[in-house]
Amino acid sequence: MRLARLRDTDRVPLHLSLEGAGIAALEGDTLLTALLAGGGGYLREGEFGDGRRAGFCLMGACQDCWVAVEGLGRVRACATLARPGMKVTRG
Amino acid sequence: MKVAVVGAGPAGVRAVEVLLGAGIRPVWIDEAADGGGRIYQRPPAPLQRDPKALYGFEAARASDLHAALDAAKPRADWRPDTLVWNIHSGRKQLNTLNAGRQGVVEYDAAILCTGAMDRVVPVPGWTLPGVTTMGGAQIALKSQGCGIGRQVAFLGSGPLLWLVAYQYAKAGAQIAAVLDTTAFATKLAAAPGLLRGPATFAKGLYYVAWLRAHGIRIAEGVTPLAIEGTGDVTGITWRDAAGRTQCAACDAVGLGWGLKPEAQLADLAGIPFDFDALQHNWVPRRDAAGRSPVPGLYLAGDGSGIGGAEVAELAGARAAMALLQDAGHAVETAALDRRLAGLARFRAALEKAFPFPAHLAAGLPDDALFCRCEGLTAGELRATITGPTVAAPELNRAKAVSRAGMGRCQGRVCGPAAAEILAAKLGCTVAEVGRLRGQAPVKPIPLVATP
Repeated sequence: MRLARLRDTDRVPLHLSLEGAGIAALEGDTLLTALLAGGGGYLREGEFGDGRRAGFCLMGACQDCWVAVEGLGRVRACATLARPGMKVTRG
Repeated sequence: MKVAVVGAGPAGVRAVEVLLGAGIRPVWIDEAADGGGRIYQRPPAPLQRDPKALYGFEAARASDLHAALDAAKPRADWRPDTLVWNIHSGRKQLNTLNAGRQGVVEYDAAILCTGAMDRVVPVPGWTLPGVTTMGGAQIALKSQGCGIGRQVAFLGSGPLLWLVAYQYAKAGAQIAAVLDTTAFATKLAAAPGLLRGPATFAKGLYYVAWLRAHGIRIAEGVTPLAIEGTGDVTGITWRDAAGRTQCAACDAVGLGWGLKPEAQLADLAGIPFDFDALQHNWVPRRDAAGRSPVPGLYLAGDGSGIGGAEVAELAGARAAMALLQDAGHAVETAALDRRLAGLARFRAALEKAFPFPAHLAAGLPDDALFCRCEGLTAGELRATITGPTVAAPELNRAKAVSRAGMGRCQGRVCGPAAAEILAAKLGCTVAEVGRLRGQAPVKPIPLVATP
């Protein structure tokens, strides 16, 4: 999945990582936006062998966008703002 | 008098405004960092906040609500980023979680304005990255300036289908198709009732006309077949009204069939629920003013039955007035009550125009996933009616047997579809099959949360 940045792209860049790979994002991005607009592709694997997931409701209800952030633990990517230097692993 | 208001969407803002006006300073809690609810969600500060671009025809209404929100925050005991994860209506306590820390809020009276989420019918392929709810697709655009893809298909029914497609097209996304599961004739039959809300009706017609005028592919009365793709979404297939198979290439799909109340706290408080046949939703019981049968608890907004943002603002104010009246204040409500009654009649017409497609959920193929959390197929749920040891005559037994609704979303996403699948298999009505009971915590919380 690749989110398409359609407007409001004139913002301060920030950098974080997903599984050690660099992700370029913008200030004001949620983690979900940062990772999925930045080429991360997906956020987690279904626990029961039913494929990759990349969130669904984007409003904190479905719990399908969990990722782990070093120092923060498990968070919902849709409800967490991206910060420079965050080290993210897939949920 | 200790008053708590849960939620800072349209209902919560207007409830708090009324309470402040009467000299009551409520504890005001929202799970998000800012108020506004999902409908008037503001982007994080680094993004632009041009109301016209973000909210279109609703810009003035959104700006008014934001002004009220910002004015009320410093006057109330405002607690953002705070989840209410349980309620004890006997002890009159809310359990909260903020930044990993537990808290307890005592109240004499509380107004629950907990909002709604998308109501979804599973479609084979709906768990692929690139598929979001209709509301999710709108939030991506409104709050993050992003489309869920470059070439997006929208599938569902209801006003949001046309609105979100229009907003995406205006923002420069390519619209692969707008697929409405409701037949044109059904909507036409409801048109006389919709004229009760002429402004809303006109806006709806405008979006549809705009999309048609811009040559966007539109199909009504469709039966969705599958969202195609292996790693990512590559297309969507459906059967058209004439029975022919159709497809469109796309890299993302937004889907949704109206909204359902987020009423878990009302449930945990012991408020009884009734099946509203018109909305096709279970709703917590309340009177027209928002009083619940549980002393000291009031309900307002979409969390108490879907009415939309305009109704939510009025209902939030009305519930706060009911609270004041019950506390011995004299409050004049006749004009407000008349407006609410008028809007309820429009809502009824809207529900008739966009009925929930129960048959689509009931007809989900056995091998299709209906529960995202537990990776369960429709066939696995259907098998619960014969055991393994005790047959499941209703939804909570089926949950115990199959784990449907026991996952991380606690049945928020799969619940309505699960009820349809089970009811169809049992040969009973969806009202008879019941609803998934709420459990605390209403959302997952860390085990390490400290008191």
